[in-house]
Amino acid sequence: MIELVLSERCTRCGICVDICPTNVFDAVIGASPVIARQDDCETCFMCELYCPADALFVGADCERPEAVSPAEVSEAGWLGQFRRDSGWGEWAEDPRYRNQHWRMDSVFARARQAVTSGGDVTVAIKPPLRTTP
Amino acid sequence: MMPPTLRQSELTLEVDVLVIGGGLAGTWAAVSAAREGASVAIVEKGYCGTSGVTATAGPGHWWVPPDPKLRAEAISRRQSTAFGLADSEWMERILDTTWRTLPTIAGYYDFSTDDSGAVHYRSLRGPEYMRAMRSLAQDNGVRILDQSPALELLLHSDGSVAGARGLRRQQRREWSARAGATVLATGGCAFMSRLLGSQTNTGDGYLMAAEAGAELSGMEFCSYHTVSPTFSTMTRSMSYAFATYLDASGRELPIPQGSESTPALARALLKGPVFCHLGRMPMDIRDVLPQISPNFMLPFVRKRIDPFNEAFEVTLRGEGTVRGTGGLRIVSDDCSTSVPGLFAAGDAATRERVAGATSGGGAQNSAWALSSGQWAGRGAAALARSRGLRADRPVEAIGGAGLRPQQITASAASTPEVIATMQGEMLPFDKIIFRSGPGLARSLSALENAWSNVTTSCQSKDIESGKAREAAALVATSRWCYAAAEARKESRGMHLRDDAPARNDDYAQRLLVGGLDQVWTRFERPSHDRLGRVAS
Repeated sequence: MIELVLSERCTRCGICVDICPTNVFDAVIGASPVIARQDDCETCFMCELYCPADALFVGADCERPEAVSPAEVSEAGWLGQFRRDSGWGEWAEDPRYRNQHWRMDSVFARARQAVTSGGDVTVAIKPPLRTTP
Repeated sequence: MMPPTLRQSELTLEVDVLVIGGGLAGTWAAVSAAREGASVAIVEKGYCGTSGVTATAGPGHWWVPPDPKLRAEAISRRQSTAFGLADSEWMERILDTTWRTLPTIAGYYDFSTDDSGAVHYRSLRGPEYMRAMRSLAQDNGVRILDQSPALELLLHSDGSVAGARGLRRQQRREWSARAGATVLATGGCAFMSRLLGSQTNTGDGYLMAAEAGAELSGMEFCSYHTVSPTFSTMTRSMSYAFATYLDASGRELPIPQGSESTPALARALLKGPVFCHLGRMPMDIRDVLPQISPNFMLPFVRKRIDPFNEAFEVTLRGEGTVRGTGGLRIVSDDCSTSVPGLFAAGDAATRERVAGATSGGGAQNSAWALSSGQWAGRGAAALARSRGLRADRPVEAIGGAGLRPQQITASAASTPEVIATMQGEMLPFDKIIFRSGPGLARSLSALENAWSNVTTSCQSKDIESGKAREAAALVATSRWCYAAAEARKESRGMHLRDDAPARNDDYAQRLLVGGLDQVWTRFERPSHDRLGRVAS
């Protein structure tokens, strides 16, 4: 769910208020928008993608709020991650973040091949089972 | 034709074509109507560009070159899982329309070239695709009202649709639109299951159309599910082609790929927790994954889970009629409904003609949204041209449940309570996926109570926010789904009846459903009188 509007990064452009599909933000005159209806957040991450200032943070959990601090998400490198990986804004000309969605067909083909041939990709791991709180 | 006009403080529009819903089908409909010379407005509950299940996904259209042999093979493959309910001619139509028109958005979407320099049209990133469609619509003169959910249709005295009325939720005002023709492109309904991007898809269009007398078709085909981590909405499925599933003791579960995976995973989940890891994904694909699907890794990274080396707990998110195939019945090549002046496109319309009883998946659904949108848009423009706006005639606003209850009182069931009742019937796998006559009857009885709640009394704040209306649409959609599931006393495609596990040729036809206080069902083909009386 949407967790943070980082006022020190926010430029008060109002884009997040406009584009949120479930209308979770309220614009505030002379200040950053506020998260007015967190319960309505559908955890679609669209606000992060559209925020040119990387001033928004959406937590992974779609059921309940998670306590998280601006320092934590900033240090983890999570701010702007979605926008950068999508090659939006200043990342548009960076070859590292080129849109490679077209590879999807070949990914599926590789998966089918792995199933039918026993495959070059079988990784024998005994992973720990991780329940998420 | 008339340009959109603005009057008074309440926003009042007069347009040739009103499109309700600004997702993939709605934007294609609007563009197509505008190119015919119609004045067009899109009204969108959220934001045209981010709302709905396309914007968050990566639609790979059904894409087959115009070689008669290849097309025939592709259609025949799809027919083999449609179980008698699809129509090869309609499959051919969407293949043709998709092939011809998808490349025409090249000025708006930056189609990728692969390592050999070939342009790839089939598969697009959702956010960029919907951003492109918004710009294309605007450049064609389409007026877009965001954050403006439609609440109800307006009817002429002859029963034809005259437009719609709704909220401007950020201004706390209303809009009303008179139109020569109206296209419903409100999406499917996933029962608020946390399927990515689907929270706004609450079946509003189904309810509005049914109030005007429209029928639905194929609503029993609403049980497709997609895997996601238990904590997450992230139902992007590509990476799960490499999934290994484990039970709580770490023993590998044999889960097949494809349409068989939903029942197999659901059976495992009914026994206990299911875990998954993606350790079979080759390293080179892992490296490029964020540039294929930039949102896929976000939830894992933010939970500090390494999905390639740790097994995380998974669940299934219901797709309802999103990747189900049910929706409004269409009665002509231009996707008109049986209500004059009303068209349906995308997941708001039944997709049985192209997918039958089995999910068309993302590929057929995207091709359908693009194609049905264009046909509906053109059909609506032509109708508006021939009939005119008739703006001087009095019209009636016909919304009932969740909008005009018998009483408005603070003691009414709250919207979250109504939705919880609905979800209690539509989310458990042993109800929605594995069905039986007695179970469906029990669910219908619970849903009947919920319907009675939203028609008799609501809280005023829920009416003002539009949430009571959404709850009513969710409940109405659920009742149609299960009424149809009860009437189809066999198993076919995704519709699985534990008490009738085989296909029965007598039921090899489409099943219609409709009605508000009294829900009815009727098989489409009149020659089957015996079955036609099943639930009438």
